[in-house]
Amino acid sequence: MDNNSTSNILDLRDISFRYPGQEQPVFAGIDFQLKHEKVALLGDNGSGKTTLLQIMVGLLKPEKGGVYFNGRLMEEERDFFVLRQQVGMLFQHADDQLFCPSVLEDVAFGPLNLGRSRKEAMEISTSTLRSIGLAGYEDRITHHLSGGEKRLVALATVLSMEPSVLLLDEPTNDLDHDARHRLLEILSGLDMAFILISHDWDFLAELCTGFYGLTHGRLLKSETLQVHQHRHAHTLGEQGHHHLSP
Amino acid sequence: MISEIFATGDSLLHRADPAIKIISALLLALSIAVGSSLEIAMAGFVIGILLAIMARLSPVPLGRRLLTVNLFTLLLWITLPLTGGGENVTILGPMELSSKGIALALLITLKTNGIYLILTALPATSSVHAIGHGLERLRLPHKLILLLLTTYRYLSLIEQEYKRLRRSAALRCFKASTSLHAYRTYGYLIGMTLIRSYARSRRVHRAMLMRGFQGNFPLLALQTIRPGDLWLLAACVVVALTLAFGPVFW
Ligand SMILES: Nc1ncnc2c1ncn2[C@@H]1O[C@H](COP(=O)(O)OP(=O)(O)OP(=O)(O)O)[C@@H](O)[C@H]1O
Ligand SMILES: [Mg+2]
Repeated sequence: MDNNSTSNILDLRDISFRYPGQEQPVFAGIDFQLKHEKVALLGDNGSGKTTLLQIMVGLLKPEKGGVYFNGRLMEEERDFFVLRQQVGMLFQHADDQLFCPSVLEDVAFGPLNLGRSRKEAMEISTSTLRSIGLAGYEDRITHHLSGGEKRLVALATVLSMEPSVLLLDEPTNDLDHDARHRLLEILSGLDMAFILISHDWDFLAELCTGFYGLTHGRLLKSETLQVHQHRHAHTLGEQGHHHLSP
Repeated sequence: MISEIFATGDSLLHRADPAIKIISALLLALSIAVGSSLEIAMAGFVIGILLAIMARLSPVPLGRRLLTVNLFTLLLWITLPLTGGGENVTILGPMELSSKGIALALLITLKTNGIYLILTALPATSSVHAIGHGLERLRLPHKLILLLLTTYRYLSLIEQEYKRLRRSAALRCFKASTSLHAYRTYGYLIGMTLIRSYARSRRVHRAMLMRGFQGNFPLLALQTIRPGDLWLLAACVVVALTLAFGPVFW
């Protein structure tokens, strides 16, 4: 595939969606294109951000409109299977993502499904874990991890599939300051397109070059984040700190 | 719910191939179950203890589980001696104890405990996941195995959801009692557990689809039959055959 930054990797055309039994559609006629870039998706609680990501990867089917991946219309489950090999998704709740008993097995689940040999899968998994600072976690039991650790392991399970696009649904939730910083470094070091949902504006401002806002079923693009005033608490507040982003 | 407490360890039996362990356990359990003499039941019990020692099962949880199993045999010890009939009857105060009944209760107790120990020392020293793969290699239908593995996976999810709800009810000072309020709360608890587990299982399924799930749970650990496994199988076959057909020749 080409990494040409002008061609659309993902292209949603005229998408409408409504949950069964709902009167109001979540979206009505949304268009969205993702090139080789890092974009932020903002919106209030319940505005439909998670729903939009699930439509992109075929986990939910739109009422109207189509999803195009590298220019091809995705129609059947088979098409989406191919798409999902290249589009990794970090779910909003890390708990849902981890289901193997041990961390190593969970991280290796994706590569094994993609037909890697056990040895390759094992190597990819250990190196992925190492790259996000989780070396030594291989034999930990997934449901005994803390919330933040679960989220980082969930990220490892996605990265080990070596995707070309990442969809991240509130990745900084549950993360402490250090882990959040590490995640920032990991993500800025990745040469892949991604869509980042977050309510953590500082985080978005540091990483993203495009910003989309989802309100009342419509998607609006803006080139910059609104400069905003913020207040936040600091432990060790008396030591002072710098703000790198607006 | 199912905690797989015996599945971790590095004894000889833990390292043995799950398919081999399943067959061995089946053969031993069957030969003990069909035997009708006290000697066979005794031998089965001893084999169970030997295997449990070989698997280095931790004694406290094992003892606790055996206690649960023996609640059932206790029931037999209460009823059989009184109802067993037969001729050799011991009079104990106002009660007549039948020695036939006692022998039967002893037989069942030995068999139950023996078979329980064998099943714990052999298949239960593998994770459910590994057992699924063992069954797959024994050519069991794929759908059944998938059912086993997903049931296991979702049982623990249901348990988690239930515990979470229980905790949040307890934190708000809910106490079990026989009031309408308590019954209604239990109704909500059970209903919410089911609904939330269903919703959760769908989310897990989606996460699995995102990682290329196509109906198979790949296993990272390599399962190969080693010479040691064949020795284990051979030993179990010989023992099982002796138990089953030995009495015919003696
Ligand atoms: N399974 C469902 N059935 C019915 N309605 C749903 C379902 N899931 C979500 N909704 C509704 O659809 C809307 C969009 O939900 P979605 O989860 O996409 O929001 P979100 O933008 O991700 O919110 P948040 O920031 O809280 O994560 C909400 O109003 C929600 O109530
Ligand atoms: Mg959401």
